[in-house]
Amino acid sequence: MSLLGGGILKGMAVTLRNFVGSYFDRDRLTTNDYAWRAGDSLPQHAGEYPKEEGEQLRDTTTVSQYSRNFPMLLHDEGEAMDTIRCVACQICERECPPQCIYIEKSTEKMERGGNKAQFYPAKFDIDVSVCMSCQICVEVCPFDAIVMNSQFELSTSNRFGGLLLRRDDLLKSNGYYHKIHPEEAAARDRRMAEEKAAKEAKKKAAAEAARKKAEEKAKAEAEADDKKQEDTQ
Amino acid sequence: MSSATATAPNYELIQQDGLDTGLLEVSMGPHHPSTHGVFRMDVKLDGETVVDLSPVFGYLHRNHEKLAENMSYLGSMPFTDRLDYFNSMTNNWAYALAAEKLVEIEVPERAEYLRVIMAELTRLVNHLSLVGFFVNDLGALGTPLLYAFREREKILDLFEQASGARMMCNYFRFGGLRNDVPEGWLDRAREVVDRFPVFLDEYEKLLCENEIILSRTQGVGNLSRDLAISAGITGPMLRASGERYDLRKVDRYGIYDRFQFRVPYSDGDVGDCYDRFIVRMLEMRESIGILKQALDGIEHGPVLGNAPKVFKPKPAEVYGRVEAPKGELGFYLIADGTPKPYRYRVRPPSLINLTVLRDMCLGQKVADAVIILGSIDIVLGEVDR
Amino acid sequence: MAAPGQSQRPTAGGSHGVSERSHEPVLQQFPEAEWDEAAGAIIAPLGQARALAEWLLGQGVDYCSNVTGVDYLEREVKEKVTGEDGKVETVTRTEPGRMDVVYHLYSMRKQTGPLVLKQRTGREHPQVQSLTPVWRSCELQEREVYDLFGVDFTGHPDQRRILMWDEFEGHPMRKDYTEPFDYEWEPTPHDEILDKHQRGKVIV
Repeated sequence: MSLLGGGILKGMAVTLRNFVGSYFDRDRLTTNDYAWRAGDSLPQHAGEYPKEEGEQLRDTTTVSQYSRNFPMLLHDEGEAMDTIRCVACQICERECPPQCIYIEKSTEKMERGGNKAQFYPAKFDIDVSVCMSCQICVEVCPFDAIVMNSQFELSTSNRFGGLLLRRDDLLKSNGYYHKIHPEEAAARDRRMAEEKAAKEAKKKAAAEAARKKAEEKAKAEAEADDKKQEDTQ
Repeated sequence: MSSATATAPNYELIQQDGLDTGLLEVSMGPHHPSTHGVFRMDVKLDGETVVDLSPVFGYLHRNHEKLAENMSYLGSMPFTDRLDYFNSMTNNWAYALAAEKLVEIEVPERAEYLRVIMAELTRLVNHLSLVGFFVNDLGALGTPLLYAFREREKILDLFEQASGARMMCNYFRFGGLRNDVPEGWLDRAREVVDRFPVFLDEYEKLLCENEIILSRTQGVGNLSRDLAISAGITGPMLRASGERYDLRKVDRYGIYDRFQFRVPYSDGDVGDCYDRFIVRMLEMRESIGILKQALDGIEHGPVLGNAPKVFKPKPAEVYGRVEAPKGELGFYLIADGTPKPYRYRVRPPSLINLTVLRDMCLGQKVADAVIILGSIDIVLGEVDR
Repeated sequence: MAAPGQSQRPTAGGSHGVSERSHEPVLQQFPEAEWDEAAGAIIAPLGQARALAEWLLGQGVDYCSNVTGVDYLEREVKEKVTGEDGKVETVTRTEPGRMDVVYHLYSMRKQTGPLVLKQRTGREHPQVQSLTPVWRSCELQEREVYDLFGVDFTGHPDQRRILMWDEFEGHPMRKDYTEPFDYEWEPTPHDEILDKHQRGKVIV
């Protein structure tokens, strides 16, 4: 160190550079307005925040498409309760680490989308004041019925129950899911279609095998009958 | 090194005629801004000199271990995020590593690379903010810390894109990772990594030669190598005391044996606050080197091995440890054949590094006690669990 | 130190380059020590743990990484025993409850480890020797074991509660600990959820 205080001067030069630079280069701004980051190559937030009270947010663009917040229930296109995917198997309720899910199974089964009749959740509550956004419910769900929402404007003036989301608050369409998490939703749909196709192929193969077996059996029986007839003759 | 118990230096109260110079007991914390959370030190002062000090823990205790013992193996993965909430990725890795030893799952190649990338990014985040907080404790309020946080945000954006959350990532699974990174993520990561040295140069210019930092940190909070080893100090703090012990080199867990990197350590047998600060700055450079190699070497493939659907290991005992940014983070698991661990233990580097806090602070000024605590690098989520 | 180019990967369950027989010299030196094959641990003979630790320190085991307690309740074990006449019988025997204190030891200088050392004691008034005078890193961790398991460490320089407050009763990490049902919460809609889980979960 040649000059006493030289290190400090060097440091001051850095802060000056950052200070002046922040007028020209957004990267040098230490506090970043989210709206400013739109169009940057790196952060994917095309975000905006209401500048004035009451200004409506475009719900789907406020956060990155990869961000997750609290779970929601999916239904396919159509009336929400008619196409709900959840069959109230209660796996998520069991696996939820902070135990924030509460499910009551329906008493009777319901048919949806031409599939086998299944139960549905009569009650499905998620206490988002307990939920820790870990996504384990999504992972364990075998029916792709629960996924993560990215909505974060959840503040409420009701202390009791305002943060307890009921089934009907949680129900969101698959279209909405595609809007908030396009990549993830597309991948999920692809996988579901593949699984369905595989299942159908398996079913078909099983049916084919059963038909063949039945044919062979019939053939064998017929042959046996023929033989019997021959014998009697 | 055989006698390892702490001995306070013989201290005689300065008595002047006509002056009542009693000892002053100060309770620093739990809401002291410099204590990085809810940590309390009971300090006995003579004037400004620290005569005695005893750390008080437990304000953030939630018995993580008991929670985990009443939960499936997978269920406590998100809770590990909340141990050292700056470094959720390395916490996840330590737990996954221990659990993988229980059932011997093979981790796919791509997942191993991504694990290294995530862990090294985490190390950058941790050291960066630690340096920011450290100079904050020295009195450089705000500016260096905000520069650090500005860069940290870029890495947290990467974490969010990969895992869905900035800090509570919950990204690792037994046998790999939860999901693959989205398309284009690796390019964005490379962009961040390539631009990082530019910032580091600037940061070093800002801090490393600053006379105030030099005079405040050099010779303050001395920790000898023998005491550091005996007290189980790990991580940058140990290496600043002259012991070259890095689990990435010793255990070579994951695929760390494939990368060329050096382990920064101070030559000499005693480390002070400045050594600890500089070792962390140097480690960031090495992390960037590892990241570049990993980003070059990664190939396409699956990210999740053939993990069993129901995780139910046979009775066994394992201890898995990784080099977390704060030191050796270990998980000790005892399985008894049920889906819940019989015993689940976290070896918290932050807590054990605090063993020597008293030894380092005795005889120093009270303002220096704050710096010494800052140089240890603790996160109370991990200290108290 | 492993040479940088060396690309020998440790196996998943392996002991990281340490020879599997590292416990044998210990058993030679202390013939009363037991070797628990299943756990891979040396069980220190009663009252000799401190001497064993000091001997290990002299052998270069300079780093005690992890200290923890394990609580085993009394339980019934069913075993199949082949009798003299060749008949296989199922015998039920009661395994007494016990308390283990586990130490994971490494050598920094030689870069070897782990060597697992256990001190075994009963569940009622558990008492073991403190190894803090040997390895300083045990100081806070043994305090934690004292706090959460109630194990008494003789020779510990500063044994008091660490994570729980001083007036706290009981030792929460013990398997038979029941949490006192004295929580007060406001009548929020969480209650039915909490109640359901309270009913559904057996708190041991």
